[in-house]
Amino acid sequence: MHALTLKNLTKTYDNGNQALKGIDVSVEEGEFCALLGPNGAGKTTAIGIISSLVNKSGGEVEIFGHSIDAELEAAKACIGLVPQEVNLNLWERVENIVLNQAGYYGLNRRLAAERTEKYLKELRLWDRRKDTARSLSGGMKRRLMIARALVHEPRLLILDEPTAGVDIEIRRSMWEFLRTINEAGTTIILTTHYLEEAESLCRHVAIIDEGRIIEDAPMSKVLRKLQREVFVLTLAEPAAGLQLDGFEVSVRDDGDVEVAIGAGQTLNEMFARLNEKDVTVVSLRNKANRLEELFMRLVDKNDTGAAA
Amino acid sequence: MNLALDLVAIQTLVRKEVIRVLRIWVQTIVPPAITMTLYFIIFGNLIGRRIGTMDGFDYMAYIAPGLIMMSVITNSYGNVVSSFFGAKFGRHIEEMLVSPMSNSAIIIGHVAGGVLRGLFVGALVTAVALFFTKLNVEHPFITISIVLLSSIVFSLAGFINAVFAKKFDDISIVPTFVLTPLTYLGGVFYSISLLPEFWQGVSRANPILYMVNAFRYGILGTSDIGIGTAYAILIVFVVLLFSFCLFLMNRGVGIRE
Repeated sequence: MHALTLKNLTKTYDNGNQALKGIDVSVEEGEFCALLGPNGAGKTTAIGIISSLVNKSGGEVEIFGHSIDAELEAAKACIGLVPQEVNLNLWERVENIVLNQAGYYGLNRRLAAERTEKYLKELRLWDRRKDTARSLSGGMKRRLMIARALVHEPRLLILDEPTAGVDIEIRRSMWEFLRTINEAGTTIILTTHYLEEAESLCRHVAIIDEGRIIEDAPMSKVLRKLQREVFVLTLAEPAAGLQLDGFEVSVRDDGDVEVAIGAGQTLNEMFARLNEKDVTVVSLRNKANRLEELFMRLVDKNDTGAAA
Repeated sequence: MNLALDLVAIQTLVRKEVIRVLRIWVQTIVPPAITMTLYFIIFGNLIGRRIGTMDGFDYMAYIAPGLIMMSVITNSYGNVVSSFFGAKFGRHIEEMLVSPMSNSAIIIGHVAGGVLRGLFVGALVTAVALFFTKLNVEHPFITISIVLLSSIVFSLAGFINAVFAKKFDDISIVPTFVLTPLTYLGGVFYSISLLPEFWQGVSRANPILYMVNAFRYGILGTSDIGIGTAYAILIVFVVLLFSFCLFLMNRGVGIRE
């Protein structure tokens, strides 16, 4: 079953800005899907329409088979939303924010209290439950928004840049948490500017640019399209003018060497060439995250196409 | 619409509103009590003693129902307009908009919050009034139903104001330039029989006149207008304003892009 289906979804704002130009996306139940795109591509507009915060101009949206036109309340009941901007009532207590959200979804007070305790503990906010939201740090506010979105245990969780501005330790603990709830059956749609986050978590990726979907496929299939990867090598001795047969090599200002490995080439071959030249490699790293490289390539291609 | 879900959602919203009112009691409860105490001291006690009686009642007793109604109206209106606009401004209105609670439930929950604050402050002002004068409730059903309907009308009006408001200034314009003048000219401090015939006619176009007088009738048993007319006007206003609120919510005016 499809958790989410968008058919020819369009949105034109009152100022004439055409944010979505007819997008089609399907997300399978249980999927962990990344919705990526540059700033202003239309990601937040699409999420706004799915969660009924933005009125669509045209097209269809179905959530677990419930059309937002015909069965809006049933569709909404399936969704949990973690928005991009902090939209907490900062004067309210942490526990009341989660309890109230449960109430808006029709959970009775006893169940609401149980779920509030469960998710505040899982997101490590239980000790702060009596505090007002304004007293929380940025990372805690993000976690509180996740607890709030999960309290009715939605089948589809939408996270719009949930780790923006969050330190790496908390980000990684949030990744673990999201993996766990996805494994438990919750479909997740994630937008993020940290592409290593999307690559690490998501099994499906949709890329949106200038209101159009320019890629929509499993992550593995998308990454296979990447024909070339660049590695940065730190060498034991400086190697000015280093050349390796069959490889594109460039020496950086800091003395490190960049080697591009194309389709059909292997790291073993690269090391064999380096051994031939008695070059000792101290460390090796990817120049860019694979998805990031592909993303830039797709978006650039789309921009070039649009300009043409 | 899922009735069971909406009932829980409304309870939740009302509980949240009550907590909000009590949390900021210095802003919500204390000012009307102080203001009304000053009205009773200045208009009722100091000036009222020189006025004597109005419609056969001691002036202090005559103005008490109007002052109680004035506090109910302004607090019902003020609660909904500030709460709903605050939720819009802070964007936590989205907590409700993304949930399956119906638009009717969002309106009813906010209006119930406004009514509760209006009635609570009204009860407080009544207690203050009892320090200055004796009030015998002549018609309890009329008293309670009129105060309830009036509170609903102004809570709904506050909701509409909040829907259209884009900045904090917009939530004070209507209370300052519309509500306050209409309340003062709504027969709180005088009987319209004292006015020339033309101004009596003008006063009858003021809906607050009907609320104040019907409430006064409930407490004192005297009124400048027919009670049936007051009920008819209030019920029509409740239906019209609720329908308009629902229309605005369904269209997403001021809350959805």
